[in-house]
Amino acid sequence: MCEKHNNQGNCFTHVDSGLKTVQIKCRVNEEIVCAYIDPTMTLLNFLRNELKLFGSKEGCGEGECGACTIIMNGVSVNSCIVLALEAMDANIITVEGLNKNGKLSILQHEFISHDALQCGFCTPGMLMSARALLDRNPDPDESEIKEAIAGNFCRCTGYFPIIKAITSAAKLEREEMKNE
Amino acid sequence: MSDKEYRHIGKSSDRVEALEKVTGQAVYTADLEFPGILYAKCLYSPYARAEIVSLDVSEAKALAGVKAVIIGDDIPYLVGLYMVDKCILARGSVRYQGEPVVAVAAVDEKTAELAISKIKIEYKKLPSIQSIDEALEAKILVHEDINDLEYIKGVFFPQPDSNIASWNRTVKGDIKRGFQEADLIVENELTLPAVAHVPMETHAAIAQADTYTNKVKIWSSTQSPFGVRKLLAKALKISTADVQVIVPYVGGGFGGKAGIHLEPLVTVLSRACKGRPVKLTSTREEEFNQLPTRAGMRGRVKTGVKKDGKITATEIYYDWDSGAYADYGVNVGKSATYSGAGPYEIPNIELHSRTLYTNKVFSTAYRGFGHLETHWVIERQMDMVAQKLGMDPYEFRMINILRPGSHTISGELINENSGCPDECLAAVAKEVGWTGYRSEEERRKNIKSGKLRGKGLACLQKAPAMPPHTSTSAIMQMDDDGNIRIMIGVVDIGQGANTVMAQIAAEVLDMPMEKVKVIWDNDTDRHPYDWSTVASKYTFMGGNAVKRCAENMLKQMKEMASQALRTSIEDLAHGDEYIYHIHHKHRKIKYKDLALGYAYENGNGIGGPLIAKGTYMADGLTFLDPVTGQGLPALDWTFGAHGVELEVDIETGDIKIIKIASAFDIGQVINKKLVEGQIMGGVLQGIGSAIIEGYKFSPEGKLLNPSFTDNKIPTAKDIPMEMIPILIENPQPDGPFGARGVGEHPMISVPSVIGNALYDALGINFYKLPLSPENVALAIAKGIIK
Repeated sequence: MCEKHNNQGNCFTHVDSGLKTVQIKCRVNEEIVCAYIDPTMTLLNFLRNELKLFGSKEGCGEGECGACTIIMNGVSVNSCIVLALEAMDANIITVEGLNKNGKLSILQHEFISHDALQCGFCTPGMLMSARALLDRNPDPDESEIKEAIAGNFCRCTGYFPIIKAITSAAKLEREEMKNE
Repeated sequence: MSDKEYRHIGKSSDRVEALEKVTGQAVYTADLEFPGILYAKCLYSPYARAEIVSLDVSEAKALAGVKAVIIGDDIPYLVGLYMVDKCILARGSVRYQGEPVVAVAAVDEKTAELAISKIKIEYKKLPSIQSIDEALEAKILVHEDINDLEYIKGVFFPQPDSNIASWNRTVKGDIKRGFQEADLIVENELTLPAVAHVPMETHAAIAQADTYTNKVKIWSSTQSPFGVRKLLAKALKISTADVQVIVPYVGGGFGGKAGIHLEPLVTVLSRACKGRPVKLTSTREEEFNQLPTRAGMRGRVKTGVKKDGKITATEIYYDWDSGAYADYGVNVGKSATYSGAGPYEIPNIELHSRTLYTNKVFSTAYRGFGHLETHWVIERQMDMVAQKLGMDPYEFRMINILRPGSHTISGELINENSGCPDECLAAVAKEVGWTGYRSEEERRKNIKSGKLRGKGLACLQKAPAMPPHTSTSAIMQMDDDGNIRIMIGVVDIGQGANTVMAQIAAEVLDMPMEKVKVIWDNDTDRHPYDWSTVASKYTFMGGNAVKRCAENMLKQMKEMASQALRTSIEDLAHGDEYIYHIHHKHRKIKYKDLALGYAYENGNGIGGPLIAKGTYMADGLTFLDPVTGQGLPALDWTFGAHGVELEVDIETGDIKIIKIASAFDIGQVINKKLVEGQIMGGVLQGIGSAIIEGYKFSPEGKLLNPSFTDNKIPTAKDIPMEMIPILIENPQPDGPFGARGVGEHPMISVPSVIGNALYDALGINFYKLPLSPENVALAIAKGIIK
């Protein structure tokens, strides 16, 4: 509904690119995927509309709310403002890939037991931001956790249970590492 | 606290649908796809008030891939909850910036957007109503046909030739005499802006119309499947039975998804597309600017008190800047008439609540249903009256607080089972170490540090705002392996209704939670009736229905077992999935052996498959008297209080909340983890309303901040350092296990308690929300503290 769009109808986001489709190849949740796509397609739309992975959500479409967060090459990104083409040859993990050999991961389990979710809409993105944090910092303090999920809006929980769940998951994962 | 040992009640069971939500399996409306599905987009009004001079959609229609383009004149239907005042698409004129004018359905969203860009439309811009005073002046009428609008008579009171969608009032005692008796009269005016609900999932709806019949199937992110069914049928003049509403997972509601919103539009689009399913998913901007919001409000309050602190009279005018359509707004206004003076005994009161039409995005229910707004006025006023009296605001509240024997402002007698606001207030005062206001000297002493600390208190109350004869129902069946399936009409939007109902059923039947399955994806063709998922009423009402349903199942099992065991029903008890004889405990039958009817060894069978029902209807409530507002509107009052300690940076105006304690008398905890979740989430949402959020309009009525860039909600970095939920349990005998509702309450009075603590810290009274760093710093700079 931008002015440019209303007046002239030539706003970039509102018209089909008219460009030739291009091939994208990447690894999503341990599977190699290959497709021909519009080069203007976002990574979120690629995941949802092409790969039918509906776990990642769109909450704003402008990189503010974090509901679309996924992990790309080890880094959490807002997939709604990343072009699918930027994921060429990338390693992508979405909420559907969080489980461990078909079983709930510690992080997912701690989200349940701490009731770190209510409506569940922010949960996939929240989990991915938490996962990216724990992958780079297995022992985060509270302020590091807050910083890591500051880009993920949650309207239901007040964040306290989420912070507790991530703290607890970090502890349990460290213990598991020790035992392995 | 109840002495009784429960197996499930009061325990922190995990949310029953949590697994689907942490694995990405939970499917929301926007995730659904169907064969032949089309996508809808709308053209919105750029003006707050304008005449549509010309409209040409021919180019849009001609575009390849476009299946339908509809304008208001194509669909002469009016919709509305209480005032039937809204067209599905604007006809002839527009009433707010963001109002949908044209809708397109196309093979994909991009094509639909392209079609929108081809529409030629010419407006004649008109002056608009942008303030409460302009609305009251009524030089311009937002609805010129206000005198002819259909509405619910005797409940709402639209005023002729005005912008007043409803004028509801409370008249109790004699305020003239009350003010004469007063030693001191304190008058104040407080305001707050419109605020958005911001569910993380924007509204989405899909409709598939059957072109051979009137039938239509809807998938929607609604809180009110049965409401959508009824209102859509009414608007389209078809039968309720023609409409099927299915609700997948809903990503938060907070009232914004109650009632009817996108459903009529997708229905008419689907009809125009020969019955192909049509999906409309709102963008975040549309969520802010097209879909309804919480109304802005101005409260003017005058309180008369005796020197000893006893309130003698109160006069209040609440004026709601409610936007272009009435929706739930008139009912929000109405709820103020029985709850809008706080949990206090007031012998003489006159309260006027006027829901006003203005040329802004329209308003609806929002968690708290007007109570956050009215309590911003009342709970600030309580502090300001105490200041004038030279009395501790804690003492002043305690003198006037509702106690057994008190009457509410609508004349309801509070008894010893109604819950205790005084206990809530005492608990939070203790938790934050309240000892009275700081002196001016103490404030000055700390000023050099650049940071001032303050504490505050505020009370709250709310009862469900609903028709006095609201009802709900539950159906329960048992499978051959002894698992039970419950069907209820509620939508679990994150509040945890599915889990709480499973706990109640498992408690009554004395069986493990794992064997109780609540069937969600509510479907009006299959699930039993519930009025709507609103009003913090479901734990109470649905809990009673499910409890009765489980008791009904037990009764059926005992009837069968009494034959099989050759004894009387009176001598049978149940426990751990057995029906057994109270004395000869070895004479017993496992539930599962009764599930499909009991079979004797020789093959004879008795009874039949177990299907139980339970219903609950609000009990003993009445309509309010149209003139005096007197009556019994409250199924259950949940009282509460907040106490806060905060620190203000006097340079930046930044507020840091050190500790916030929130107590609610919820009768009986059903699920501790879930109720604490409601409190923490609600309190933070209240902090959003207090400090961060609010709509900003240009003088011409354009919404200036319809995005997360300029209209943020609290993030993890904005949370208080400490949040303490306090659960007080004075049971209500007609609640399930004594429980009352608490879904909305945590949000109420959060702005008030922060405002009160700001006074304690700074010696400055704040009258406007939000208490943003900018507004706080400006107030400090204005002089009081230098």
